[in-house]
Amino acid sequence: MMRTLKDDVLLCLIYLAAFFAEFLLIGILVYVFVKGFPQMSLYFLTTVTSIRQGTVGIAGNLVNTVYLVALTLLIAVPIGIGAAIYLNEYAKPGRAVRLLLFTTETLSGIPSVIFGLFGMVFFGMTLGLGYSILTGALTLSLMVLPLITRNTQEALKTVPESYRSGALSMGAGKWYMIRTILLPSAMPGIVTGVILAISRILGESAALLFTAGSGYFLPRSFGGWFHKIVESGGTLTIQLYLSMTKAQYDVAFGIAVVLLCMVWCMNLLTKVLARKFGVDMSAATGERQM
Amino acid sequence: MRVNEKAVNGKIIGRDWNVQNPWKAVRVKGPVANPAQAVEKAAEVIFCLCAFTAVAAVCAMTLYMIANGVPAVLQTGLKEILFSKTWNPTAKEPSFGIFYVILTSIVGTFLAVLIGVPIGLLTAVFLAEAAPGWLAAVVRPSVELLAGIPSVIYGVLGMMVLNPLMYRLEQKLFAGSKTHQFTGGANLLSAVLVLAVMILPTVINISEAALRAVPSALKASSLALGASPVQTIFMVTIPAAKSGILTAVVLGVGRAVGEAMAISMVSGNVVHLPLPFQSVRFLTTAIVSEMGYAQGMHRQVLFTIGLVLFVFIMIINGILSRIVKGENQG
Amino acid sequence: MPQIKMSTDKLNVYYGESHALRDVTTQIRAHAVTALIGPSGCGKSTFLKTLNRMNDLEDAVRMEGKVYLDGEDIYGAQMDVMQLRRRVGMVFQQPNPFPMSIYDNIAYGPRVHGIKSRERLDDIVERSLRQAAVWEEIKKQLYKPAMGLSGGQKQRLCIARALAVEPEVLLMDEPTSALDPVSTLKVEELLGELKRKYTIVIVTHNMQQAARVSDDTAFFLMGEVVEAGATERLFSHPANQKTRNYITGKFG
Repeated sequence: MMRTLKDDVLLCLIYLAAFFAEFLLIGILVYVFVKGFPQMSLYFLTTVTSIRQGTVGIAGNLVNTVYLVALTLLIAVPIGIGAAIYLNEYAKPGRAVRLLLFTTETLSGIPSVIFGLFGMVFFGMTLGLGYSILTGALTLSLMVLPLITRNTQEALKTVPESYRSGALSMGAGKWYMIRTILLPSAMPGIVTGVILAISRILGESAALLFTAGSGYFLPRSFGGWFHKIVESGGTLTIQLYLSMTKAQYDVAFGIAVVLLCMVWCMNLLTKVLARKFGVDMSAATGERQM
Repeated sequence: MRVNEKAVNGKIIGRDWNVQNPWKAVRVKGPVANPAQAVEKAAEVIFCLCAFTAVAAVCAMTLYMIANGVPAVLQTGLKEILFSKTWNPTAKEPSFGIFYVILTSIVGTFLAVLIGVPIGLLTAVFLAEAAPGWLAAVVRPSVELLAGIPSVIYGVLGMMVLNPLMYRLEQKLFAGSKTHQFTGGANLLSAVLVLAVMILPTVINISEAALRAVPSALKASSLALGASPVQTIFMVTIPAAKSGILTAVVLGVGRAVGEAMAISMVSGNVVHLPLPFQSVRFLTTAIVSEMGYAQGMHRQVLFTIGLVLFVFIMIINGILSRIVKGENQG
Repeated sequence: MPQIKMSTDKLNVYYGESHALRDVTTQIRAHAVTALIGPSGCGKSTFLKTLNRMNDLEDAVRMEGKVYLDGEDIYGAQMDVMQLRRRVGMVFQQPNPFPMSIYDNIAYGPRVHGIKSRERLDDIVERSLRQAAVWEEIKKQLYKPAMGLSGGQKQRLCIARALAVEPEVLLMDEPTSALDPVSTLKVEELLGELKRKYTIVIVTHNMQQAARVSDDTAFFLMGEVVEAGATERLFSHPANQKTRNYITGKFG
């Protein structure tokens, strides 16, 4: 009877581990929402913190976050999709492809602090962009590039070969075929990759501390909205970190609630997409595949 | 159609399609004269450039890390930097030994993996093998959500929940001690627990995929021999998935080594020998907490720390690609 | 003398190490259906693909010899491959409509070649679908996804799509092998219609089909053309022992 006892113990451990993961999440959500919810208000979301006026709010950080996400995607999405198209449609298997795949893997393994250091020195100092949203966006573009490339590549792989030969046999050029047939067919997968990239950007902090800086003001003039990208701007995560170091716990938990809601929405969006278009989510976990 | 009838000499007259041809705009003489072909060529070149962005980025990062990290080593000496135990960068006669920092990262990562991997693997077993469908359908999305929580939020929770608990434990354990420096709970142990939680989703996802990839025939034959389901899991399924699980562990190590913000908030940020109840500083947290104000030599040493971290990550990447290669061959 | 539309001269094709076509020298008559028969792996599909340079797309393919279309070397430096593929269209074994509406499927080719006018596209769509004998069946669902059609309709849609660019030659790679008998019959009837306007080359596994639909037949074996000529003659009085064995079902 030893055998069944041992089995039971092991099975018990398996369930315990899973419940630990489950209750961890529930605990985190409940704790953050209980602590942060009182802080939540339209006022908190739409004002800027000012010591002189005695206001507390995260409007500036929200705008910075939106700018950073938009700018990063603007840079990384075309390059990432282009790279995937090259790898999947043009490149002939061989040394060059192995090099490209290897560096993409390597890039996805580099920790965000290193991206931060590199971004600070290269974009901030060598290119003279200083602490600015642009510096941050360029840095994060490199960081999310592998994510977009890999998801696009997986999506392109699922497009049947017969679409390609069908289009080419009618005299379509390769790029024409890619533009009119492949990209539309691969779109759900590509969008999933983009959403994962957005989640990653929303949660990022270490790579931004020394690149995008910590500014939290809203632009005062119309031109200021354009000038903003070359000014310092702290995202929600950065403001959360700074608030904690200054022991402003209310603000910190308020931001935590906003961040969790955003991340949760992104997660939901990928699910909806997957259900609607049958995107293979195993390719889209954001982890390196074996 | 006739075979070997006579050689074709180009005299055969076809339909004069060039005159009637409604598509004549696209008819070309030279190989490059066609604008459509020029666009095609340009597209290929642009995509190629996109693909090589990643290569350029990795090369540039390597070069910049070396160029910025090496000067401090040359000035102070490799042995002095890597193996000296005193870190006092802002003193009048500063010393820049990062031995304890390196040691902390190694010990902290090791302990975090030691705690995180068993829990992660068991959860993966739960999801892939043990759980009834509806329960797996509840737990799996939770793991996805855990993976998406920003690291600063883990930091906040560590600071607000874990640190006070640690402080109470510390007060109990070191109640009579005169030598112990109280840390308020911001110590190695807190950092390790936070790291262990943060690597969980990575370990769970990759291990689950590996377990699922084990052919069901293998499991069936084990069951047919009279093994219980649990025995089958531990004696057949897990060993069969070992290279995938190893990948999960290595990725977990990479994640733990590279994590910065969360542990900078819970580890107390003092350079110490990594003992459970001491405040400690990791490679990553040294950079995060000092880069803001460091000047001159101090700043250069921080880049050296970055370089050490970079080397660690490259080693981990190397191990990872070895595993994957071995798996593809095996 | 019948007009010759396409011809090959000492054509040799290699896939890496394997020698897929050996010294194939043939002529294809204009406005006739030419059937290519032979056992699997004998090189007939490879041969078909050399006629509109679809084998360019595959890696590790090497080619020697010449292929002429109206006397012009299609592998010459002067040849625009996209234009060539417009003139020499192709229908595949598996019906492969694009994931778009029926209308857009047909209009794809004309749009590739720069036709934008809505009126002209409307004309082309109707003409092509009529030629492929599916207009009556699907004219009411032009803007519905092509994926919703039956297998036989899909294949005729693909034929219509190939016809939409007004090709001179239509290459068909076992176009009925994925279809049911009724659809097969419809496609076969269609071939008789189409050859008045186009030159057709069809690869088929089905000997009865070759006998039914083709004017000329070429028998491929191990990358070589063993025998070729008028279908009637080839099936009734094969000159070569191997041909006789194959068409009487002794192997293949």
